[in-house]
Amino acid sequence: MITAGRIVRLAERDRAQVQFFLDGEMRHALTGDTVLTAMLASESALRNSEFGPELRAGFCLMGACQDCWVWQEEGPRLRACSTPATEGMRLRTTPPESWP
Amino acid sequence: MSETSSPRIVIVGAGPAGIRAAATLVEAGLHPVVIDEGQRAGGQIYRRPPAGFVRTSEELYGSEAAKARALHALFDRLAEEGRLTHCAGSSVIAAHEGRLHVLGEGDVEVIGYDRLILATGASDRVAPVPGWQNGGVYSLGAAQIALKAQGVALGRRIVLVGSGPLLTLVGAQLVKAGANVAAVLDTSPWRQQMRGFWGLAASPVVALRGLALRARLGGRYYAGATLERIEADASGVSAARWRDAGGREHLTPCDMIGMGWHLRAETHLADLTGCAFTYDEQWRQWLPMTDEMGRAGDGVYLAGDGVRLLGADGAEIAGRLAAAACLSDLGRPTSCVRADLRKLARLERFARGLACAFPWPAAMVRALPDEAIVCRCENVTAGAVREGANFGGGEANRVKSLSRVGMGRCQGRYCQLAAVELVAAQGGCTPDAVGRFRGQAPVRPAPIGAFLREG
Repeated sequence: MITAGRIVRLAERDRAQVQFFLDGEMRHALTGDTVLTAMLASESALRNSEFGPELRAGFCLMGACQDCWVWQEEGPRLRACSTPATEGMRLRTTPPESWP
Repeated sequence: MSETSSPRIVIVGAGPAGIRAAATLVEAGLHPVVIDEGQRAGGQIYRRPPAGFVRTSEELYGSEAAKARALHALFDRLAEEGRLTHCAGSSVIAAHEGRLHVLGEGDVEVIGYDRLILATGASDRVAPVPGWQNGGVYSLGAAQIALKAQGVALGRRIVLVGSGPLLTLVGAQLVKAGANVAAVLDTSPWRQQMRGFWGLAASPVVALRGLALRARLGGRYYAGATLERIEADASGVSAARWRDAGGREHLTPCDMIGMGWHLRAETHLADLTGCAFTYDEQWRQWLPMTDEMGRAGDGVYLAGDGVRLLGADGAEIAGRLAAAACLSDLGRPTSCVRADLRKLARLERFARGLACAFPWPAAMVRALPDEAIVCRCENVTAGAVREGANFGGGEANRVKSLSRVGMGRCQGRYCQLAAVELVAAQGGCTPDAVGRFRGQAPVRPAPIGAFLREG
């Protein structure tokens, strides 16, 4: 199943949906998705690079490269590849405006 | 003595090596603590999807399904029976004087040990290619984890590049799962692959299985290819520009690239615990030194791909051996290890064959244009690394300070080998002489709040 984003769901498609918010907009993912999978089901990337013009979409998926840190509305960042997506999560692709 | 009554033994990593080490200690009546970053034990190669996923172990692990099932069942049983303590989803971020700093759910906990078994595994050995900083470039391991643990492909049209067993395996797994794999580019030419033949003959079944997997790739597989550039547009990767063995240019549209040249041992914790290192010419990387059982000294033992890149079967054996060494050092009886040592020697021969057949692409790295990015974390370029070498000389840590290569959030895991290659080329010396980046705690990023809550 080709998604609106980067990923193609090849298996395990019969899971319950979870809803989360990305930059304030409601998005759908499946129970058991990581934040990385959930975001890339509707986007081609996770965040902007701090050091260049390009987008980043994760790299190692095993918690070693730290390419996939994304922002949450309440402040703390999380590593998208190793964090499960949960109902009602509020994620951002850019730092909160209040960030210094 | 507290050590003889109830020694505190900590195992870091719950892959094949860590699980076998734990089981061996439990059999001897000890209660190890197993710290692992995964939510469920298994490691990377036998990684398990989250609860509620339905594919069978045959679908997930192919020919290795029985081994995966056995390891998972063994570990789960020991954990359920309370014969070991499993700290899941936890990272050891520092090790100092018999104490580990462990980052769990937001807090750092200090765990003391009398004996430490490090089974930290390996990750992909990657090499920079112009354009690899763009979204949609992943390691081969990432492509496999996405498929295994999430049931997804990381792109609609995929090009894989690199060399080594994982290149063929991931390609075949993706094709079988129905992903659109446009090309599999092996940077090792056929004549190089044949040079590894005698080593590979040490495990003929595994070698033949590899060839059978490669046959599934059909016309997508190219030996002796060179990936010259990864093209990108506003949404990430858009094409791979490469040459085949005959020198013909190709432009293959794709939105995902998976890359990897065999494996890189994960050695940060071995470094922090004071292990000595030696440069391995064949693997082209620094590896910790141990005796044949995995003893590194000072109550530290190493097992699995974090010390010798022998794959999952070798890791199981090495885990048993490290635990046996630990037991024997504690003055406890152990079973005979001769058969395990023999098996390990055969796997070592096979692994040397692999290293020879599918080498690190040194020439490709040395030919990188100055503007190409070497460090993906902070976009440090090849030019900056070369300038650092010109200014500071051919020493790894000086170039690190001058250029910031290896100082990003991955702490050099994905740029160190390429950076050292560039410094060696610039200084006219060998990578061995350039040295290695010193490991620094914390070896994973940790929020400052985790330390504030500690006291």
